[in-house]
Amino acid sequence: MSSTFDTVANIIAETCDVPREQIKPESHAIDDLGIDSLDMLDIAFAIDKAFGIKIPLEEWTQEVNDGKATTDKYFVLGNLCTQIDSLVAAKQA
Amino acid sequence: MRLEYFQLIDRIAGLDRAAQTIRVEAQVPAANTIFEGHFPGLPLMPGVLLIEAMAQSSGWLLIGLNRFTRMPFLAAIKEAKLRSFVTPGQSLSISAGLVHEGSGYAVTKAAIEAEGKTVCGAEITFRVVPFPNESFRASMEAMARSIGFPMEAAVDG
Repeated sequence: MSSTFDTVANIIAETCDVPREQIKPESHAIDDLGIDSLDMLDIAFAIDKAFGIKIPLEEWTQEVNDGKATTDKYFVLGNLCTQIDSLVAAKQA
Repeated sequence: MRLEYFQLIDRIAGLDRAAQTIRVEAQVPAANTIFEGHFPGLPLMPGVLLIEAMAQSSGWLLIGLNRFTRMPFLAAIKEAKLRSFVTPGQSLSISAGLVHEGSGYAVTKAAIEAEGKTVCGAEITFRVVPFPNESFRASMEAMARSIGFPMEAAVDG
């Protein structure tokens, strides 16, 4: 079974034409990989489908806009995968 | 259709909130200046307008599902296929269904039939955001009433 990171990295590579080898757990989706908000919708859709969850993109964006969180918290891929794992665990609980 | 107002649909024929689907009717005008240019001697309904008709139908579905609390804005079209010509005067039956409702976005799948034959289809992504102001929301409600949108089902259901 592939890890959460592998699944997310493959989604990003396929959705955004980013070479797979450039995608690392420490990569920032926006700053390092150049993913824009429209690409992010595609990625969120693919992640939602792959993991059976609903990524709270609006809530995260609002937190960042309000200065309550940095983009690193949600858009550094390692952190994003941690968030996904938490959402999956919450769903299964 | 009122092409000059970019209204690509005429009537909501059915909104099924449980199945998350909508059926819409649209009559291509028999005459319009668009057909003078597209194309001289061979008037055809432009494919981009058929795609817009699917987007508008999907949009009404999403508004119905969120009960007029949020407005969908077109963000992406995928897998659009224009299978056959649509000509002036044809009656169209448009269907759309929700594929996924995400956080701040939604994905639908839509298709158009003419004379019982599928003429086009697409997967459509929308950003779905709160109405920017009350007057805009009210104008959408007024438009909804004018095209037979089942307001009771959307507001109360």
